[in-house]
Amino acid sequence: MKQSIVSPQFNIQVENVMTWNVKPLLHEIRHSLNRLIETGESSVIDLRSIPLAPGEEEKILTALGRGELRAELDALGKSEIIETQYAGVWLISHYNENEEIIGRFIEVTVMPDILCSQSADMIDASQRLAEALQDTGGNNEGG
Amino acid sequence: MSDRKNTAQADLTLGEVLRKRGISRRSFLKFCAATASMMAMPPSMVPAIAAALEKARRPSVIWLSFQECTGCTESLTRSHSTTIESLIFDHISLDYHHTLQAAAGTHAEAARIASMEENFGKYLLIVDGSIPMGNPGYSTIAGVSNHDMLMETAKGAAAVIAVGTCAAYGGIPHADPNPTGAVSVGDLIKDKPIINVPGCPPIPVVITGVLTHFLTFGELPELDHIGRPMAFYGKSIHDRCYRRPFYDKGLFAETFDDEGAKKGWCLYKLGCKGPTTYNACATTKWNDGTSFPIEAGHPCLGCSEPDFWDGGGFYKALSMPTENITQNIIYAAAGAAAAGVAVGALNRAKKSKAQATHQKVKLEDLNK
Repeated sequence: MKQSIVSPQFNIQVENVMTWNVKPLLHEIRHSLNRLIETGESSVIDLRSIPLAPGEEEKILTALGRGELRAELDALGKSEIIETQYAGVWLISHYNENEEIIGRFIEVTVMPDILCSQSADMIDASQRLAEALQDTGGNNEGG
Repeated sequence: MSDRKNTAQADLTLGEVLRKRGISRRSFLKFCAATASMMAMPPSMVPAIAAALEKARRPSVIWLSFQECTGCTESLTRSHSTTIESLIFDHISLDYHHTLQAAAGTHAEAARIASMEENFGKYLLIVDGSIPMGNPGYSTIAGVSNHDMLMETAKGAAAVIAVGTCAAYGGIPHADPNPTGAVSVGDLIKDKPIINVPGCPPIPVVITGVLTHFLTFGELPELDHIGRPMAFYGKSIHDRCYRRPFYDKGLFAETFDDEGAKKGWCLYKLGCKGPTTYNACATTKWNDGTSFPIEAGHPCLGCSEPDFWDGGGFYKALSMPTENITQNIIYAAAGAAAAGVAVGALNRAKKSKAQATHQKVKLEDLNK
């Protein structure tokens, strides 16, 4: 899977320091995390909406690191959901069927919504299970 | 292209279409998150988008191409987020599009007329390219002038989307001396809502984002003073540029190969039009989010602004005078002298006027 879209081989070199768009974003994440702790309010940051220099997205991802949990979703292409090394700060990357990134979000929440089973899917699942049992019902009773 | 006659499909909402295809609610939520991002909407809007998309119905779309280079269609069809695009484009009924339709000649025109009659008052009209008013013969389709076809097709449209700078503001055909008398869609259509989606070409996801907004909410997005959706054109390139911190610190590239250029400093002095250009390039970027002109080391040309081609030299800094009067007089004299050999007095006057008003970029300008 592609790790990032912002690191083509030939890039304009920026000075090798914590560049100017990275730190403000990390501060915003810290404020969001405090808000989550104090009020329970979740936040989402769409990384596509933030102006970033070449390499800055990697810097943000490196700074956040990887935590204990990683989940992969297989729905209209893959999605990767990881908890970063900072509990409550999640990184969600959506890919399409060609493994091209179609969205990358930082969610500051207890549990990203997309991981939860959805009620519409559960209703559908219950029906399918009932149908499956009906189809095989005769055999099971015989056994 | 979708099958317009499949009316059973047309009556379904997007939610129903997706469920019929076995797409889970979780996939739908992923789709909505990517769609919100595409529409440049905050992630907090995802539940509202999900609710609206669930109920969205399949609109009929007629796409007319006038004086254009097909770059806008190329931009749209080369966009990479195939999952999202295919879902959306399966969900609109694209009834007429010169480049994409299989039908030709009278069959193609019949499809347009049939779609207009069936969906009168409800279809979405998309236009790329400007309309020549100098002589109808400059650009015709099936013997019909661009002007007549636009006016006829716009009559029953719910709204008109002008895609690309040519349709929105006249663009390159409108550039001085405007030989075809090119005008924009907004110059001709006064009684319909018009959304301008300028850019040369517009960013693919901006085109699909605007279409998706209309599909999702069934209404026009919020527009700026020259008819552009605020979600994509609300902020200047300069304000959203990752090089903005260099500008604030007074660190500028002075030439294309100096230390400043190598360090990725601000391109303002090399003629960047970012401060006066409103578009989403700085955050949405191009080629699947890879880069945009400034990231590639070139100043913004301002392609999403009216008269961008006549806005002074591309390599002249905004605060510098865009017209060098002394130089223009020399160009005018040279133009008149050279032209005098071949053409008559009237043409000579025209040509020298054109020479005088065009900006010429010389090596010295680039090295300033």
